[in-house]
Amino acid sequence: MTARTDTQSAGWRDWLTTDTPQSRAQARLGRAWAGWTAFRRNRLAIAGLLIVLALVVVAALAPVLAPYHPYAQDLNGRLLPPGAAHWLGTDAFGRDILSRLIHGARLTLMIVALVAATAPLAGLAIGTAAGYFGGWVDTVLMRITDIALAFPKLILALAFVAALGPGIENAVIAIAITSWPPYARIARAETLTVRRADFISAARLQGASSLRIILGHVMPLCVASLIVRTTLDMAGVILTAAGLGFLGLGAQPPLPEWGAMIANGRQYVLEQWWVAAMPGLAIFIVSLGFNLLGDGLRDVLDPKGD
Amino acid sequence: MMIDIRDLRVRFGQGADAVTAVDGVTLSVREGESFGLVGESGSGKSTVLRAVSGLNDEWTGRIAVAGTEQGPKRPKGFYKLCQMVFQDPYGSLHPRHTVDRILAEPIAIHGLGDADARIVRVLRDVGLGPAFRFRYPHQLSGGQRQRVAIARALVLEPRVLLLDEPTSALDVSVQAEILNLLRRLRAEHGLTLVLVTHNLAVVANLCDRLAVMNRGRLVEEMTVEELRQGAAREPYTLQLLRASRGYDRATAESFRDYA
Amino acid sequence: MTDDAPLLEVANLRVAFPTRTGMAEAVRGVSFTLGREKLGIVGESGSGKSMTGRSILRLVPPPGRVAADRLAFRGEDLLAASPRRMRDIRGRRIAMVMQDPKYSLNPVMTVGRQIAEAYRVHSHAGAAEAKRRALEMLAAVRIRDPERVYERYPHEVSGGMGQRIMIAMMLIPDPDLLIADEPTSALDVTVQMQVLAILDDLCSQRGMGMIFVSHDLNLVASFCDRILIMYAGRVVESCRASELHAATHPYTRGLLASLPRIDEPPGDLPVLSRDPAWLEG
Repeated sequence: MTARTDTQSAGWRDWLTTDTPQSRAQARLGRAWAGWTAFRRNRLAIAGLLIVLALVVVAALAPVLAPYHPYAQDLNGRLLPPGAAHWLGTDAFGRDILSRLIHGARLTLMIVALVAATAPLAGLAIGTAAGYFGGWVDTVLMRITDIALAFPKLILALAFVAALGPGIENAVIAIAITSWPPYARIARAETLTVRRADFISAARLQGASSLRIILGHVMPLCVASLIVRTTLDMAGVILTAAGLGFLGLGAQPPLPEWGAMIANGRQYVLEQWWVAAMPGLAIFIVSLGFNLLGDGLRDVLDPKGD
Repeated sequence: MMIDIRDLRVRFGQGADAVTAVDGVTLSVREGESFGLVGESGSGKSTVLRAVSGLNDEWTGRIAVAGTEQGPKRPKGFYKLCQMVFQDPYGSLHPRHTVDRILAEPIAIHGLGDADARIVRVLRDVGLGPAFRFRYPHQLSGGQRQRVAIARALVLEPRVLLLDEPTSALDVSVQAEILNLLRRLRAEHGLTLVLVTHNLAVVANLCDRLAVMNRGRLVEEMTVEELRQGAAREPYTLQLLRASRGYDRATAESFRDYA
Repeated sequence: MTDDAPLLEVANLRVAFPTRTGMAEAVRGVSFTLGREKLGIVGESGSGKSMTGRSILRLVPPPGRVAADRLAFRGEDLLAASPRRMRDIRGRRIAMVMQDPKYSLNPVMTVGRQIAEAYRVHSHAGAAEAKRRALEMLAAVRIRDPERVYERYPHEVSGGMGQRIMIAMMLIPDPDLLIADEPTSALDVTVQMQVLAILDDLCSQRGMGMIFVSHDLNLVASFCDRILIMYAGRVVESCRASELHAATHPYTRGLLASLPRIDEPPGDLPVLSRDPAWLEG
């Protein structure tokens, strides 16, 4: 039985690592497998991946995992230290900190996902267009980028939130609007290195349109460094969101957003340290996870390492 | 005439820094002919080829391909008529595209349909089996990559193939294979070839006629038969011929610059 | 040390690189001795010819490993030499010229200063003396206006000029052995011949030995005294350059046959079919 599963898994491995794939899917999976094999060798990256996966699982199963309702107040059990009933203690309203952290994971994940789905894509589109077309297109797009870069990120986010009103959606929009310029810069730099390449000339000589070349030939070569950069930036995004939450401009009470939780705990930080420290620890671990994952991805995806 | 070039001039840069890369070149290539364009680096031979291919649009003069006068910007149909193979097979294939994707792209752009059959056929044409179809360029040797690049040029069934130093990045044994392949493809598809190279022996092997360029000007045109007999008229061509015979202390002493 | 003793002795040289699946051997047991002569090492890409040249100067990039029964320069064991001793040997006793001068010259220093520096490092001469020698050396590699070229930066000179400057820089400490790895492959044929003439003269005038690594059979045959033909990390044949046309190994014969020639009529070239037995021969 064991022998059979062994040969079966060896068969799969051969199928994935063959240098003569029989179909598009096999070629793609083989490439993904090669990436995974390289990624697997980096233990810290695996740790980062596990942290990020844990965040996803906790967010998905929050109602099941959380021992209490995140808003359930118990004024007799205010500011209880970590113990058997409340593993991470309770806050000023007697709410279970662990349950709030677990539900807060959903907010954190939402912020991360929304920012990751908007800012890098906008940056990619702007950067590749600027790099590929050059000339006045480049000048106009890059000056806009420079202007956006010149504003301090948090201050600009504050201004947006002040204009749009506090709230988590507006915080996300503010973060996304202020974080695309670096992606545009990276995408443009990558585009400049490939735009004179023979394979781009070859695509032009087949009659490919500029849009086709940018989407099909230039972007795939920029995506790797953008993914890496995005992953590394996620820690910063979480911290900015938490910062906005801390200032009362992000998530509004009673939402269990981690930054807002720290803000609430700050008046008790000397006597009841866990109220602020536990969400701080959560932010720290998740940020670390994204950073480790980003470092690992850089080793695998960076085309310069090939 | 398949290709007719009259008084082609190409200048790069602006004002005082402008460099004349091609300075009034006139030449023509007959249908089905294999024509060699020979010169050293900076002679403008590749610039002529790029102007013909449509890659470079900053030229003056007249370029006609298959009887149609061409402007700086080419209509889509032009690329079905005229294709190009680049020097460096490591740079001319997209590193993240499989051979299949590379060959499917021109079919999709021109809406030709029947992609599967076309890809298999063109791969067989260049001597690569279907086993190579889903490989990435990094899984291929230099010679195999150049075959894929040739297949990509052939998939649109062009009548003219422009070759920019197609074998100079390859080992000599692989160069022989690619030269043989190009000769067979030319015969089978009735292709017109324009070969840009610095290697006179490669021209002698593959071409019928050649032109020698130096510093943007056409020095002389001759047949390959004349080349074989060393019957060049211009001193510059004679010097190139001497240099390509291998090292000789006395010969090296005699070399001079021709402006 | 008498003058007819070999300059370089190499016995059973091996260069290996660790890979995921074990050690990949780039050079598998190469042996030769070199006197005051021009030795050509010819082979296709991956034949191990460049690694053979680099391993003599212990310039194989990590994690590559070099082993040999004997690797001796004028009787001195190079594999046992200290890093300090190796630095001394490199440059002063053994020099190396690579294919592309752009990567070997410092882009922010004028070429003249670089040559002068190369001289001062090895001779401890004064600045004025070093400049005088550098200008002499530039003239020796037939640069027409040494004074002007001295003040130029590497990006301001042509490929052929850059390679001459490299050669000047490498030869100014007056080494006993020059390892040239495809020194002229990036150059036009006529410039190539001129650079080779310079190397040829410097070899014969100074009694320098030279290892000339190249993929170009015809060039090596016409330039060198003796040739080693490498295939898959081994020397499959060694002969006098003038007798290359009489080579016996099927690989050498196949390579020669696959070269197009100006004086031959067009037609299919014989294609090399590789015999697995060559790997062990």
